[in-house]
Amino acid sequence: MTLVALAAALALCVLCGLVFGAGHVALSDVLGGPAAAASAGRAILLDVRLPRVLLAALLGGALTVAGVVFQALLRNPLADPYVLGVSGGASIGGVLALVVGLGAGGFGVPVAAFAGALAALMLIERVATVGGRLTVYTVLLTGAIFNAFSAALIYFLQSVASLEQLHSIVFYLMGRVPSLAGGTLAMLAAAVLATVAALAAMTGDYNALTLGEEGAHYLGVDVERVKRRTLVLGSLLTALAVSAAGMIGFIGLIVPHLLRLVLGPDNRLLVPAGFLGGAAFLVLADLLSRVVLAPNELPVGVVTALIGGPFFLYLLRTRSGVHGPD
Amino acid sequence: MDRTDARGFDVRGLGLSYGAQRALDGVDLSARRGELVGVLGPNGSGKSTLVRILGGALAHYEGSAAFEGRELRDIPRRELARALGVVQQEPGFSFPFTALEIVLMGRHPHLAGTAFESPQDLEIARAALERCGAAAFAGRPIDELSSGERQRVVFARALAQQARFLLLDEPASFLDVRHQVGLYDVVREMVEDGGCGAITVLHDLNLAAEYCDRIYLLRGGRVEAAVTTEEVFTYANLKRVFDTEIYVERNSLTGRLLVSPLPGRVQRRLERE
Repeated sequence: MTLVALAAALALCVLCGLVFGAGHVALSDVLGGPAAAASAGRAILLDVRLPRVLLAALLGGALTVAGVVFQALLRNPLADPYVLGVSGGASIGGVLALVVGLGAGGFGVPVAAFAGALAALMLIERVATVGGRLTVYTVLLTGAIFNAFSAALIYFLQSVASLEQLHSIVFYLMGRVPSLAGGTLAMLAAAVLATVAALAAMTGDYNALTLGEEGAHYLGVDVERVKRRTLVLGSLLTALAVSAAGMIGFIGLIVPHLLRLVLGPDNRLLVPAGFLGGAAFLVLADLLSRVVLAPNELPVGVVTALIGGPFFLYLLRTRSGVHGPD
Repeated sequence: MDRTDARGFDVRGLGLSYGAQRALDGVDLSARRGELVGVLGPNGSGKSTLVRILGGALAHYEGSAAFEGRELRDIPRRELARALGVVQQEPGFSFPFTALEIVLMGRHPHLAGTAFESPQDLEIARAALERCGAAAFAGRPIDELSSGERQRVVFARALAQQARFLLLDEPASFLDVRHQVGLYDVVREMVEDGGCGAITVLHDLNLAAEYCDRIYLLRGGRVEAAVTTEEVFTYANLKRVFDTEIYVERNSLTGRLLVSPLPGRVQRRLERE
C-alpha cells in the first residue's frame, strides 16, 4: 500500500525532473508526434535530463538502502552510508584523479573513486577483523578514523591544487549528478539493482538483529555471514554512488528515519520503500540544484544537507518516533 | 514418549576459557524432555557461559556438549533454532519494534527467506503473548515497556518459537512475585503437558525449590552439587556454594524446602553464641 504510494510519488518526481529545469521545455515537444521529433526541447529532455533524472533516482535509492542496512546492522540509527570510511577512500581517489589532471569528462574520476572506495573497504575490513570476527565497534571506529585521515589528506591535495582544479574538487566533494551515456547508465543500474536485491534477501535477518547479535544467533541467523555480506554490499552501493556523483550527504541518514516514522522499523518494508523514497528525494533535490540559481547549478549535496538538516531537527523535536539506542 | 523423544542435553567435561579466565571447568550435566532443571550459583560462577554454550553461541568449548545426540557445534543454527528456544538475560533492542513484532520474530527460524508471517504465525504469537499475560501491550513499542513487561515479551517470543527445549537465563529477574509464579507455571505446563524440556538459570532459591526437578549448583565454573532439590538444598551445600549463612525450613503448604538469607548481624550473633 505504502509502496504503491511511494512509487507514485517517485513517478511524479521523475516527471517534474523532466519538465522543469534551467531551460523551458514544453511537454508537447516530446509528445507532439513527428513534428516535435527534431526540436531542441526533445533533445534536451531525452539526452540531457532523462539520463540525469534516472541516475538521480538510482543513486538516491542506493544511498538510502545503504543507510537502512547499515543502521540495522550496526544497531545504530545514526549510521549512514559514509560511516564505514568508504566515502573517505572514494574522495581520496576522486580528488587525486582531479589533481593529477584526469578531470575533464571521461572515466578517470569515477574509476579512481571506485578503486579508492574498494581499497578503503578492504583496509577497514582487515583492521576490524579480530580472531575471524568483525566487531561492530571496531568497524565504526576504524571508519571514523579513516574518514578523518582522508579529510586531512584531501585538505593537503587542495592546498597543492590549482585554482581551476579547486573548483572542480569542491563540486566533486559536494556531489553533482551528471548526465551519463545510456550504456554506462544501464551498467550502473544493473549493478545497483542486483546489490539492492541481494541486500533485500537479508532483511528478515536484520529484524532479528534488533535482539542483538547473540539474540539473532538464537533465532538461527548466521550473524557473521550477514555482517560481512552487508558491509561489503552496502559499501559497494556507496562506492557506486560516490564514484558516479560525488559525496551526496544526509540522504542515507534522513530518508530511512522518515520512512521508519511512517512504516515502523520492519526492514522487509524499509528496504524497498527506502529505494523508492530515496530515489524520489534525490530527483527532487537534483531538480532544485538545477533551478534555484539557474543558469548556474548548486552542488546537489548542498541541497540535500540544507533541506535535510533542519527537517531532521524538526522531526526530532516534534515526533517521538525517532529513538536512540538504549 | 519413547527414549529418543526424551533426549535433551548431554554434557561431559565441558570447559571454556575467556583468555586466561577459566569460565567453566569439567562440567557434567544432563537434561531430558519432561523435566525442568535449575542452574544456580553465585555471580560469576559460569551460569550464563553455560547457557551460551548450550544455545550454540559459543563453539570453542572443550569436552562434549550434545543436544539430542549431536554435538552442538555440528548442528546447523537454523535447525537448532527450531528445536531450542533461548531467553537471554538482558537483550537490548535497537529499534522500536512493537511487543507483537518482537514475539513474531520467534517465527523467524520457521520462515523461508524474507517471507512475511502468515495469519497462522500471527495467531501463534498472539497466543504466546496471551499466555504470558502480555496481550494488553501487544501494540506498544518495546522500548516504552517496563523491564518486567519486556521480560514477559521476550519469554513469549521463545514460546512462539514452538521449540522442544527451553533455555532460560534468569527469565524472571525483573518480574514481581505474581508474574514470577505465572512465568514458572507456564514453564511447568510446557514441561509436564507440552512434552518440552527446560533448563533455567535463576537466583531465587525458593522458586528453584518449588519448581525445579533437579538442581545444579555451580561455583567457580564447576558443578558443586547436582541431584534432586531435596538433596541439593541442604544447609551445608548452600553454605559452601554461596558462602553465606542460609536458613532452611519446610513450606507447610507445599512440602517443599524454604530458604531465607540471614542478615549479617544475625550471622555475627550466631557466631558469638
